[in-house]
Amino acid sequence: MAKPAPTTSDGRSVAAETPPKQLGPVFKAAAGPAVWADERIGVAKLSRPFIRKVFPDHWSFLLGEIALYSFIILLLTGVFLTLWFKPSMAEIEYEGTYQLLRGLQMSEAFESTLAISFDIRGGLLIRQMHHWAAMLFLAAMLAHSLRIFFTGAFRKPREVNWLIGVGLLSIGLVEGFAGYSLPDDLLSGTGLRFVDGLIRSIPIIGTWAEMFMFGGEFPGSLIVARLYMAHILLIPAVLLGLIAAHLALVVYHKHTQYPGPGRNEGNVVGYPVFPVYMAKAGGFFFIVFGVITLMGGLMQINPLWTYGPYNPAQVTAGSQPDWYMGFVEGAIRIMPNWETNLANTTWSWNVAIPGFGLMGAMFGLMAVYPFIERWVTGDNTEHHVLERPRNNPTRTAFGVAAMTCYGLFWIGGGNDLVATQFHVSLNSVTYFLRVMVFVGPVIAFIVTKRICIGLQRSDEERLLHGAESAIIVRDPSGSYSEAHVPIGQEEAYSLTQHKEMLPLAPLTEQGDLTDRKFKAEQRRRKATRFYFLDALRKPTRAELEAAAHHHDDHGDGDGHDGDGHGGNRHGNGHGTKEIGAGTGARRAQE
Amino acid sequence: MTDLEHRGAGPGGHGELATTDDPRYPVPDPGDPEHLPRLTDVDEAAADRATRQVAIMFGLVPILALIFVVTYFAVPKDDYIDFGPMHTNTQNLVFGLTLGLALLLIGLGAIQWARQLMDDEEKIEYRHGAVSDEEDRTYVLDELDKGIAESKVTRRKVLGRSLLGALGLVALPGVVLLADLGPWPTRKWISGTIATTIWEEGIRLVNDVTYVPIRAEQVQIGQLINAQPENLQEYHGTEFLQEKAKASIIVVRMNPNTIKIPDSRKDWHVGGILCYSKICTHVGCPISLWEQQTHHLLCPCHQSTFDLGDSGVVVFGPAARSLPQLPITVDAEGYLVARDGFSVPTGPSYFERDSRNDFQEGDN
Repeated sequence: MAKPAPTTSDGRSVAAETPPKQLGPVFKAAAGPAVWADERIGVAKLSRPFIRKVFPDHWSFLLGEIALYSFIILLLTGVFLTLWFKPSMAEIEYEGTYQLLRGLQMSEAFESTLAISFDIRGGLLIRQMHHWAAMLFLAAMLAHSLRIFFTGAFRKPREVNWLIGVGLLSIGLVEGFAGYSLPDDLLSGTGLRFVDGLIRSIPIIGTWAEMFMFGGEFPGSLIVARLYMAHILLIPAVLLGLIAAHLALVVYHKHTQYPGPGRNEGNVVGYPVFPVYMAKAGGFFFIVFGVITLMGGLMQINPLWTYGPYNPAQVTAGSQPDWYMGFVEGAIRIMPNWETNLANTTWSWNVAIPGFGLMGAMFGLMAVYPFIERWVTGDNTEHHVLERPRNNPTRTAFGVAAMTCYGLFWIGGGNDLVATQFHVSLNSVTYFLRVMVFVGPVIAFIVTKRICIGLQRSDEERLLHGAESAIIVRDPSGSYSEAHVPIGQEEAYSLTQHKEMLPLAPLTEQGDLTDRKFKAEQRRRKATRFYFLDALRKPTRAELEAAAHHHDDHGDGDGHDGDGHGGNRHGNGHGTKEIGAGTGARRAQE
Repeated sequence: MTDLEHRGAGPGGHGELATTDDPRYPVPDPGDPEHLPRLTDVDEAAADRATRQVAIMFGLVPILALIFVVTYFAVPKDDYIDFGPMHTNTQNLVFGLTLGLALLLIGLGAIQWARQLMDDEEKIEYRHGAVSDEEDRTYVLDELDKGIAESKVTRRKVLGRSLLGALGLVALPGVVLLADLGPWPTRKWISGTIATTIWEEGIRLVNDVTYVPIRAEQVQIGQLINAQPENLQEYHGTEFLQEKAKASIIVVRMNPNTIKIPDSRKDWHVGGILCYSKICTHVGCPISLWEQQTHHLLCPCHQSTFDLGDSGVVVFGPAARSLPQLPITVDAEGYLVARDGFSVPTGPSYFERDSRNDFQEGDN
């Protein structure tokens, strides 16, 4: 924070008559319209709370921005595409520009997509930008959700915003898939064939759901028009509403920040919206836009003229959905072939479980996680300072375990390509993944937790023994050692700023709790031990003082204290930033 | 300001001062680090240089935009560039490059401006907690309570109840309106549609592309032919696709002495020529990756594998049911024809499907 401006408190106070403030040149010119707008809609009053609102800076905060900007680019490019796209499954004979497909029967949807790609100048660019932006939109949302998860940004008061985010991610998947299915080429038609099989597999109501969605037997004549409505109207409207609520809550709660000197639960430190953040965020929008445009121009995506029109009797080897559906595809592929025939009915577990079950499990677990952790910790305080992932080893381990599981399913979505590219047996890849999707997360959990605790130890090392100084000292006996210097108070504060959760011992007596409450409390206490027993405790003030003391005692012996490097203790302007604990102790000593 | 306190609220929650007396937070907040000036803050020449950089970035944008426009009108849209392994449409390439770079330069310029020239002192805002003030809460609760009393909804309970009922049931017509979204798959409807195909006795097997009928002697051992029922040509548009999605078949010829033919299917083949549904029993992809030596047929979508030398049973993958086999024979002119329609529905499972009659490994 800037130091308070010097005030002239000793000066004679002058009454009321301050000279009118001179506005800059911009407002000299714009005064008229500004007054006009203010008198009618009170722009000054409306913008007052926001104009200098502070946003903290960190690269990881840009992930959500990428998602937002990709969405805006999707709206812009999508509007362009609707000007020519015909959402019709009427069969016509192709007579267009692309010679290799001339004379083939195809739907108007595919024909108009070919027209956009070949006949409308810039159409291919916009189509490819739209597809790339969709890929980026989902990738950025997923990465953003990981950032939120691993830093604990979902904690009180942001649980609602986390839920909105989970909603955005799940609806985003559907939106992406709906768009992917529109052109009615061989690949997207195969995707729809899969969706048809997937919906059919829902127990009891599956066939009804299928008929109501497709308006008849697959492929019918309606699905493209219906998906088009969902893709350009219904789902974008929902996304837009959720995004607005998501951002409004970010503004209302004020952004979280990473630990650091001057940052605490009661403030937010960063740059004002106007002008710095406007320039940075606005500039970043143009960067994302520019990169997507370059991708649209330079990197081919979905060259559907090479696939040809949809034909229910054809399919290409290596057919795969876009990357974000890969985990579902993988689950479908590696699922054992369980099906139950009960009397004259068929229950397709082999499709319903990996299809609906996995997506439901993923988004369901994401949605309930903040509430599970809240139940374990019983923590009711607000959190605005982000937690470094290492400082909550169990949460971080859960996150990495989930990522591992997701990744393994995702690899399953390309098990045929893994087999052909790495020259291994397709069957072995599949059997391996069937086991690994369960074992892999467990291994990842254990390893991650240990890595986190190791990182906590390294933090502790820095706090108690200081940082490596790169100065090698030879002692009189001839042995060499590296001198350590105490870390500054700024770093020490950053390393010890997090709120520590403690494991709870089981209650020994029931007290006045009812049986049920007693059991629930015992379960919760067990969960706290699972969560927090292994995590490292922060050093206490006494330990820090003892360590500083120890350091001082060794100071002369190490020989680095009186030899000009001792500045870390007294001189050189950083002395005041030593660990406060140490300073106090030394003063007492001296 | 002492070591033991700092501006703003403490980490323990808003309003609470962090002190190192709190054993949970052993290190006091040193406060914001000192603001260090950038080169552009102290060196006017560096600031001028940064200004020039930003202006040049912005200045290039109109030039790129002009190239874009000129390309739009001057370059034919079917002009292609070959550059090494790249074969690309000229317009698409130039559009992407010019517009992409133009947008990128605007972004980079704005960020360079913000980073080098705008004041970069960090500011502090204080948080106030999401919760409402006690006074606001009390006020709103009181007013709501008053409003409820004024509305008489608690005294005249029938008002609220009947309104809830009205609102609940007025949604019913809205839901019912959706009942025409698709045909109702009653058992009867299903038996005439998704449970059946256009195959029936005497329908010729024709080539999938040319519709030429297939003669038994044309099929070599090890060969696979994609085929359709001859009467598929009578269908058009949507119906054509719907029938094709169920009726597509593959015809394979194997050495009858090396494959298992169950007694119940002794007369379903013609000298080792067998015919199966091409539609995967998993989720309906058309299957055609034929492993000639093992007699396995692999679905490229999810890798379900069926043994055509053993009545189409599943040997690997997520599919649960055997591929339905179409019984065939030859007609008087030597063409392959269906002996009957499929004995079970083709394609992926559905709830109402009676799957007890499908061929299972070990059946005879």
